[in-house]
Amino acid sequence: MNRLSPFALGFHTLVTVFMLAPLVIVCLVAFTPENTLSVPWGHYSLRWFHAVFEHADLMQSFWNSLGVASIAATLAVLLAVPAGLAIARHEFRGRNALNGLLLSPLIVPHLVLGVALLRLFALFGARGSSLWLTLAHVVVITPYALRLVIAALSGLDRSVEQAAMSLGASRWTVFRRITLPLMLPGITGGWMLAFINSFDEVTMSIFITSPQTVTLPVRMYMIATESIDPMMAAASALMVAVTAIAMIVLDRLYGLDKILVGQH
Amino acid sequence: MSAASNAPNRWAPLLLSLPSLALYSLMVLLPLGLTALLSFQQYDADLGVKGGFTLASYAHVLGDSYYYEIFFRTGWVAGLTTLLCVLIGAPEAYILSRMGSPWRSIFLLVILAPLLVSVVVRAFGWSLLLGPNGIVNQMLEAVGIGRTRLLYTSTAVVVALVHVMLPFMVIPVWTSLQKLDPMVENAALSLGASRWTVMRRVVLPQVTPGVLSGSLIVFGLSASALAIPGLLGGRRLKMVATVIYDEYLHELNWPLGAAIAIALLGINLAVMLSYNAVLEGSYKRKMG
Repeated sequence: MNRLSPFALGFHTLVTVFMLAPLVIVCLVAFTPENTLSVPWGHYSLRWFHAVFEHADLMQSFWNSLGVASIAATLAVLLAVPAGLAIARHEFRGRNALNGLLLSPLIVPHLVLGVALLRLFALFGARGSSLWLTLAHVVVITPYALRLVIAALSGLDRSVEQAAMSLGASRWTVFRRITLPLMLPGITGGWMLAFINSFDEVTMSIFITSPQTVTLPVRMYMIATESIDPMMAAASALMVAVTAIAMIVLDRLYGLDKILVGQH
Repeated sequence: MSAASNAPNRWAPLLLSLPSLALYSLMVLLPLGLTALLSFQQYDADLGVKGGFTLASYAHVLGDSYYYEIFFRTGWVAGLTTLLCVLIGAPEAYILSRMGSPWRSIFLLVILAPLLVSVVVRAFGWSLLLGPNGIVNQMLEAVGIGRTRLLYTSTAVVVALVHVMLPFMVIPVWTSLQKLDPMVENAALSLGASRWTVMRRVVLPQVTPGVLSGSLIVFGLSASALAIPGLLGGRRLKMVATVIYDEYLHELNWPLGAAIAIALLGINLAVMLSYNAVLEGSYKRKMG
């Protein structure tokens, strides 16, 4: 049994504090009754949360983000399941190239994708379209869904499928009644992870949103570059809350450590 | 497998991957190609993008020391962030892997969960901590160092980048540590090796591939980060990403922005490919 030395525990404590400090401070300042960015000692107020809910632009952006993220995550899963089947189940020429292309948004900086899509949309006359914004989100979040789909497929016992096939089930029946249900935890996990990544995406979206389609993180970025007030802290605290809820659901469905570390 | 069951399979992968292939061709390959083209097109301050072919944008970047300074600053900020992530992330991953059962997964989540919170929120959190009246300055004053300007400096950018990137270092190191049996360490210890020798001869070789691939991700993401330098670097502390942003959305000189973006992408890919080559080379030496 290896005991950790006091030095190691001290180091670990510092790292933990470092990782949590910015999130904790945001949530504390959100409850300040003052007009300035201060940590409330003893006096709490919900006034800045009210301010968020009465801020028309922020609320508009929140609904934009929610819409874009849920549609984009659904489309990402619809693309990732067949593509994952092709990559995990078939040997074919160009398989590595396909895999590389579909994972490329993890390597190509979102910034570069953002300016590239801005150019494309300008040529199409598609600037400010929610549809194209959603499709751009699909591109950057599909890799996350794809990874979980492939992980789910490679952990799947194929003898059940072969048994069904030998008993006369058609390919489609096998897929619908056996493969798909067995993949379901991976698919729901992939959807949630894709949703969170779309909901948080800022670097690409900043280039391709218009005043009508601005998503919540982009709106917050714009507000934060102009002025910082406690309302921003309240909005941030709400985002932390949304993420925390999604994380708890994800953890119950799939196991968060499995998703984040990518073990399977 | 018989020929009969193979026949429908031949077109299956194509059909299955067709939708994603179409979307990625349209929205990744085509726009990147268009941007590469754009970087060679002429720009006129009154008329905008004029077409044609010119190296003017690249010449402009290469001929102006302003851009050298920005690329240099971005390089050292990303490099320092990577170094700090190695120095903090690798030992932390090791400590996590040596923890007891409930604590290990709890603290792994604590370290990795901020990954899922928007980078804007995290940047905002750091601007609260590092601000003139923030907790960090209050602590510095209490210790006797006195208040220092932290916000809108490269220190703030590096600190926040380390916070954002640390999970990307912990994950690969943690994964490579999973393959290390603690019994090997115990065996070395029982045979009289010092803790330091065990670290150097048993643990370090095991985590090196994880550290290398983590460094790669951290460097690439830090060099192209926009929100952190945008919010914590302020208006004067420019990095490559914020300059691209300005060229596209404020100056409207798209060909120049495209040239810088293509240069950034090229440097990123070059770093990744050379790192991969080094990594594969060292593996091959080990294997055979």
